[in-house]
Amino acid sequence: MILIVAEHAGGQLAKSTLEMVTAARAVLESGGGREGPVTILVLGQNVAEVANAAAAVADQVLVADLPGLATYNAEVWAAATAQIAQEGEASVVIIGGSRSGREYAPRVAVKLDAPYLEDAIALKANGQALQAQRYTYLARVTETVEAEAPVIVVTVKPGSFAPAAPAPAAGEQYDVELDLPAPRVEVTGRSVEKSSRVALTEADVIVTGGRGVGSPENFATYVEGLADRLGAGVGATRAVVDAGWRPYAEQVGQTGKTVQPKAYVALGVSGAVQHLSGMGKSKYIVAINKDAEAPIFKVADYGIVGDVNQIVPALIEAARK
Amino acid sequence: MKILTLVRQVPDAEARVKINAQQVDLEGATLVIDGMDEYGVEEALRLREGGANVEEIVALAVGPKRVEDALRTALAMGVDRAIHVETDEKLDPIALSRIVAQVAQAEGVGLVLVGGQEADWDSQALGAATAERLGWPQLTWTNELKVEGDTLTGRHDVDDGNESFRAPLPAVVTTQQGLNEPRYPTLPNIMKAKRKELRKDDLATYGVQPRVRVVNSEIQTRARLNRMIDGKDPQAAAQQLLDLLRNEAKVIA
Repeated sequence: MILIVAEHAGGQLAKSTLEMVTAARAVLESGGGREGPVTILVLGQNVAEVANAAAAVADQVLVADLPGLATYNAEVWAAATAQIAQEGEASVVIIGGSRSGREYAPRVAVKLDAPYLEDAIALKANGQALQAQRYTYLARVTETVEAEAPVIVVTVKPGSFAPAAPAPAAGEQYDVELDLPAPRVEVTGRSVEKSSRVALTEADVIVTGGRGVGSPENFATYVEGLADRLGAGVGATRAVVDAGWRPYAEQVGQTGKTVQPKAYVALGVSGAVQHLSGMGKSKYIVAINKDAEAPIFKVADYGIVGDVNQIVPALIEAARK
Repeated sequence: MKILTLVRQVPDAEARVKINAQQVDLEGATLVIDGMDEYGVEEALRLREGGANVEEIVALAVGPKRVEDALRTALAMGVDRAIHVETDEKLDPIALSRIVAQVAQAEGVGLVLVGGQEADWDSQALGAATAERLGWPQLTWTNELKVEGDTLTGRHDVDDGNESFRAPLPAVVTTQQGLNEPRYPTLPNIMKAKRKELRKDDLATYGVQPRVRVVNSEIQTRARLNRMIDGKDPQAAAQQLLDLLRNEAKVIA
C-alpha cells in the first residue's frame, strides 16, 4: 500500500492531504511495481470528520482516534506512522512537507531503515526506483534524486501537486490500534500566531513588505492596506522581522516560510537571495521599489520604480474601483 | 556534559551556483560555515559561558579536505577540538545521521546541535534522523535554549506559531536565526585554534553508504516578463499594474 499521513487542523482535513493523494496516484500511474491501495492514516483525537473527508479521496482510511494523539509530538507521530507502515507493508510513506511533517518524517525513515526523499515537488517511478524532484541551494537548483528500497519515505512540498478530487466511492474506514511511546518533550506554553488573513502557504495573493516600506506604521498602512484590498496574505522580509516590525510567522524566505502564490507583490523589498529562495517560485512577481538597481527587479514580471508611499495609496484607490 | 556541534560547509548565499555535467559544481565558489550550524556553535559556547555544566565542546564535520576550513573557524570561535571525517562521498542526511550518532555515542555527548535547514540540501532531516538513531528527543527550529542540570528548556517554532518546551537530556537541538548572534573569531583565537586538536577519521570506520542518488541538477530560472511600468505618475502606474494583473496575468479579480 501507499500510506499517506493526513495533515489536519481544527477538525478540517488540510489541502496538503489532498495534494499528497495526487502524489500517491502519480506513483501508481508511473509503474515500478509499487501498488495501492492509497491509504490515509488519520492520527488525532475526535477526528471522525477528518476521517470522513479523507475517505472521500482515498481507497481506504485508517483511523487512530486516541487521547495520546490529541496533540502532535514528533516521537509519537513517528512511532505511530512506522508501526502502521510496517503492519501494512507500505512501499511508500508520504508525509506532508509542513514544519512538523519534515520534523518527524526522518524519524520514520530511520525506524523503517528506508531512504528519505524530502520536500518533493514531483514524484514518479523510474524502474524499481522512486524518483523525486526537489529544490536545493536555497531553491536556486532543481535536483532529481532517486532511491531504491522496499519502502521509501517521502515528504511532499505544499502547493506542488493539484488537490485530488473526491473518488467515485468513499474509501472504507478502519480503526487501528497503536503502541504509542510516552512523549518526552513537554510543551509548557504555546503562542499561536493567529491572523484574520488568509494563511501565507494557502494564499493566492501575497503582499510582502521590506525595509523600504519605511516604518512599522507604514507597513500597517500600505502592506496590510493593500493586502486587505486584494484579499491577500501578508508577508515580511527577514530584515523587517529582525527589526521587530512584524512577527516571525510572516517571514518569507530561507529561514521563514516558502510560498508559491499566483501573485507575489513585493513592496520595498530589495530581493536578497535568502528572501528569493522563499518566494522565487511564485507565478507572477510584482516589485515596487525606489531603488531601480534592487535585485528584486531581475525576478519581477511587473516592476515599478517608485515610492511605496505614493504608488500603494494609488493602488489601493484604483483597486477600489 | 559534552556538546557535539555539527559544522557543514556551503556556498555563500550570494554566490552564483554553477552546474557542470548535471551536478552542482562548487569549484571556485566562496564556501562558508552554514549559517544555521554557526548558530549551533555559538549556542554551545554561550551555554558554557552562561554557567551550564559544559565540560567540552566538540565540532564535527563530514566532507572533503576543504571542510577543514569550517572546522578551523569553529575552533577559532571557541570550540575545544574538532573531528573531521574526510570523504568525497556525497552522503544524504539519513546516511550522514549515522555518522553523527556514532560520534555522539563514542564521545558520550549529552547534547547535539545541528542547523535547522542546510543551505545546500535545503533539508531539515539531519537533526531528527540523528535523534532517532540515538533514541533521543529532538527540538527543532529552536530560538531560545537553557540547560539546567539534565533538563533542557526553551522555545521553538512550530507549524502555527511557537511553543515553550521542557525536555530531558540527552537530546538533539536544531538551531536557527533568532537563537543568537554568532561571534567573529578574533585574531588571537584564530592563532590559538591552530594548536587545537583536529582529528581525522576515515569514512570506512563508520560503515555508511548513501541511500539517495542525485540523478541530475539543473538551474531552472523561470523566464520573467521583466515589464517595467513608469512610476512617475503614481495613479497611472497603479492603474496600469492593476490592468495587467487582472487582464494579462489574470491573477486578481
